[in-house]
Amino acid sequence: MINFGYSLSNDRQIDFDKNDLKIARFVNQGEPTFKICIACGTCTATCSAGQFTDFNFRKLMIMIKRGEDHKVKEEVSKCMLCGKCTLACPRNVNTRNVIINIKKAVNLK
Amino acid sequence: MEKKKIVVIGGGIAGMESSSFLAAMDFDVTIIEKADKLGGHVRNWERLFPTMRLGAEVLDFLNQGVEGRVKIVYNTEITDIKKKKDVFAITTGDGKNIEADAVLVTTGYDLFDARKKEEYGYKIYDNVITSSDLEMLFTEGKKILTADGKTPKRIGFVHCVGSRDEKVGNAYCSKVCCVTAVKQAVEIKDRLPEAEVFCFYMDMRMFGMHFEFLYKEAQEKYGVNFIRGRLSEASENMDGSIVVKVEDTLAGKPLRMNLDLLVLMVGFVPSEGSNKVGKMIGLKTGPNKFFKTQDQHTLTNVSNIEGVFFAGACTSPKTITETITDARAAAVTVADYLHDQPLGRRTI
Repeated sequence: MINFGYSLSNDRQIDFDKNDLKIARFVNQGEPTFKICIACGTCTATCSAGQFTDFNFRKLMIMIKRGEDHKVKEEVSKCMLCGKCTLACPRNVNTRNVIINIKKAVNLK
Repeated sequence: MEKKKIVVIGGGIAGMESSSFLAAMDFDVTIIEKADKLGGHVRNWERLFPTMRLGAEVLDFLNQGVEGRVKIVYNTEITDIKKKKDVFAITTGDGKNIEADAVLVTTGYDLFDARKKEEYGYKIYDNVITSSDLEMLFTEGKKILTADGKTPKRIGFVHCVGSRDEKVGNAYCSKVCCVTAVKQAVEIKDRLPEAEVFCFYMDMRMFGMHFEFLYKEAQEKYGVNFIRGRLSEASENMDGSIVVKVEDTLAGKPLRMNLDLLVLMVGFVPSEGSNKVGKMIGLKTGPNKFFKTQDQHTLTNVSNIEGVFFAGACTSPKTITETITDARAAAVTVADYLHDQPLGRRTI
């Protein structure tokens, strides 16, 4: 095919109809407090890993809930399981167990 | 016929306005107030959201209804309440007994003790104050200065301190802190136009009429900055300034910032007086520890004990407007009860 120098950009939209919510469902089962996050960001503010890497736990949770899971395995590996976020969360989300369940989910895949 | 007697416990704005209405309906009303003045928390509040009118103006208005109509017992706390048939016997701290045909509980709220959020450093770091401390500076006409007497260049407000926080056992929203933060941010910019002001919020709950207008004015006219994120901690620098850690959730990145002064927006908790009075008569509380009304939508002034009613913030956090409205509703509910309940016998 003749290359005219044009290319197609990938669609950036979250495609809620196509995305697979398998990980989200697994984590919901294993740690039901996964559902009650209000995205205040306290976990990410206190995160030891987040100071030195681009790890963002709040964002990771929301991405899983939207089925945007292509980078989940790589992201979740950045957590050191120190548990500071669990101490800080105002909604009592068991963040440490959420991480463990995400790890289980991505290994199951 | 002898007038029916009502004892109102607490002389804050809910007690004042319900007493005025009950007295105007020709009942014999006595307010029992623990302090030496009426007005409760509003006495400590210089200006009120969203209009910046003086709190004293509201108190003056409410006083006109109370004066000469209502009996007031100052500097007095209740030690016991007993119900015999339809009559209440109320014992006060000085050993006196007062009889009543109905009791209206208007024991209000206390402000959350910010020391319980140790990670924000109240009473640990000198430049961390509460919204109530700041308002006191306004009320007393004092300058806003850092602990070492300098004009602060950068000031932060932390929303939801002691509210929406299950780590301190308060899952509820205190309702008034968001708009109070915006009000106080504007007042600071009025006094210190050079200062940078930041509000750290989880959600901006601008539910009231004109609240959104004040929010927009804070952005447009005063240049107040809003950052969506809840502080994980505040710590002190060598020079006494405060460094806060927060995620800017809209930028998606952790953020740190030095501030000269940090203001904690403390929420509502049930008052100590509410807890004491509640135990004396066996009043039920809800999951948030405020008094439980008989129905959320309809019987909003009715307690679990016949003849005992509620008004104001003892049942949930309320604005001044809501408290005054609730106080009037409570007055009508009490009057109905004392008039053989043509309406109070309805069930839901």
